[in-house]
Amino acid sequence: MNHLLILPIVLPLLAGSLLLMSGRLGLRWQRLFSCLATFLLLPVAVLLVQKADSGVLTSYALGNWVAPYGIALLLDRLSALLLLLTAILAGFAVLYACRGDDERGASFHALFQFQLLGINGAFLTADMFNLFVFFEILLIASYALLLHGNGRARVAAGLHYVVLNLFGSALFLIALGVLYGVAGTLNMADLAHKVALANADQRPLLAAAGLLLLVVFGLKAALLPLYFWLPRAYSAATAPVAALFAIMTKVGFYSLLRVFTLVFGSAAGPLENLGHDWLWPLALLTLLAGLVGVLAAQSLRMLVSYLVVVSVGTLTAALAVGSVEALDASLYYLIHSTLIAAGLFLLVDMIAQQRGDKVDALVQGPRLMQPHLLGALFFLGAIAVAGLPPLSGFLGKLLLLQSISGGQALLFWPLLLGGGLLTLVALSRAGSTVFWNVGLHMHDRARSDIWRTLVCCALLSASLLLMLGAAPILAYTRATAEQLLELAPYLALVGGGR
Amino acid sequence: MEALYAIALGVLSGCGVFLLLRARTFPVVLGLTLLSYAVNLFLFAMGRLKSGAPAVIGAAADAADPLPQALVLTAIVIGFAMTAFLIVLALRSLGEQGTDHVDGKEADE
Repeated sequence: MNHLLILPIVLPLLAGSLLLMSGRLGLRWQRLFSCLATFLLLPVAVLLVQKADSGVLTSYALGNWVAPYGIALLLDRLSALLLLLTAILAGFAVLYACRGDDERGASFHALFQFQLLGINGAFLTADMFNLFVFFEILLIASYALLLHGNGRARVAAGLHYVVLNLFGSALFLIALGVLYGVAGTLNMADLAHKVALANADQRPLLAAAGLLLLVVFGLKAALLPLYFWLPRAYSAATAPVAALFAIMTKVGFYSLLRVFTLVFGSAAGPLENLGHDWLWPLALLTLLAGLVGVLAAQSLRMLVSYLVVVSVGTLTAALAVGSVEALDASLYYLIHSTLIAAGLFLLVDMIAQQRGDKVDALVQGPRLMQPHLLGALFFLGAIAVAGLPPLSGFLGKLLLLQSISGGQALLFWPLLLGGGLLTLVALSRAGSTVFWNVGLHMHDRARSDIWRTLVCCALLSASLLLMLGAAPILAYTRATAEQLLELAPYLALVGGGR
Repeated sequence: MEALYAIALGVLSGCGVFLLLRARTFPVVLGLTLLSYAVNLFLFAMGRLKSGAPAVIGAAADAADPLPQALVLTAIVIGFAMTAFLIVLALRSLGEQGTDHVDGKEADE
């Protein structure tokens, strides 16, 4: 058996545990070790992507108990892609954090590794209960990371975030209980079999469980009625944490994608595509609500947080359409939106550090220390987010527009295109306030840091790289979308239905 | 037995949700605890309610399903840790903001 598959889980687990014990070693060694562990994930993820790109599904039976009796990990193109994205993002976030943000509270690096453990595990697991466990791991690490650095705003935002997510976990468990009670299994592929074979008495219960899962994952992904926690939490978090959190809504999106294409997907008989009718209006309304938030934002952090909500709405709309083209476009857009949102969170933090007590509020402030550099980066990020050529947002949105046709396009096109315009308006207004509406003097405690600048540049330039390397990336996402909708190999993993 | 069990679960989760919607942190913590009790009992019941059936095949004529018992143990442990964290966070919020209102400020401020 090839043990490469478990490395993305074992590596952060080991590193996190060692870091917890090495609290006396001093920050320098902790930083070195944490960076090393995070960067090791990158070659592992690249190898996994190569492995997955052969098109074969790789299953890893933990403890050598064969699925569906034991717990299995499953690597397909989608999970490999998201593991690689997590590894890239985490590498930049940890580098940025090493420039001072990790000093503001205890055990930052250990928590960071546990957060990675939860995220990687959620992307790899093929078992619903195991997914719940990894969700809890990533959540409890995120609670502590969100509070990292203390402060009133963080505690207030943290309390809402924790209570909401605990309620979400309760719903998750109820859904799992119903699924197990009716189907007698929690392995995703096996569940897909059992859902397809369910009789008329069982179907309403399974549908109820499926829609409960939609609520739970909707909460994690920040869909419309359940997104209110996100702007407060993300804008209160320290910059590297907020950058890492850019992938967290995507964990929710990934779970929606997994459950509603595999378990309640095209092979589910009468329960076919259970979630899609619900996801479509919710996604569009989320997009709209996010745009209102972007326009109304009073601070740069709030603005970027609402941009995350907008991207979630856009992604989910493509998921609700469910065709190969739409999924293909949404995966490309997912890579783009995650990296750019993370880059913008870091950029906003650098701007805030040069504005003294005005921080990131959209009001007249002192002259910036590096107005040209930060201004140029902000300009680049704004173009990428709003979807203007020549950066990746343009290509992502173009593909999304092309993939959606007919009556759905009538709603989606104006929203996406108008949304781009409104985003541009909001970002121009914010940019001109921060960079042009300034006083004569610099703030005396303004700081700049070359490493932070480099990390932020690297994340934002991902947009350019995504555009230049679009052909291989799109070939991969295309194959991913085709693999996701072709369910027979997944179902064959558990022996073709008993 | 099933009806009684279902009613008990309904009452527990009803009380839990009611307390969860209160404005002070202490009732919210209690509400989440009650809700997680209800959820744990529910998970347990998904192995079907049987008496005199050990979770070992061959030990008795009728065996209970061991998996929900394992699931519920995991859920209890996780729920316990989360409750502990939430209590510490609620205390921290009280210390930092001087009020136990969930929004961090009194409604009339």
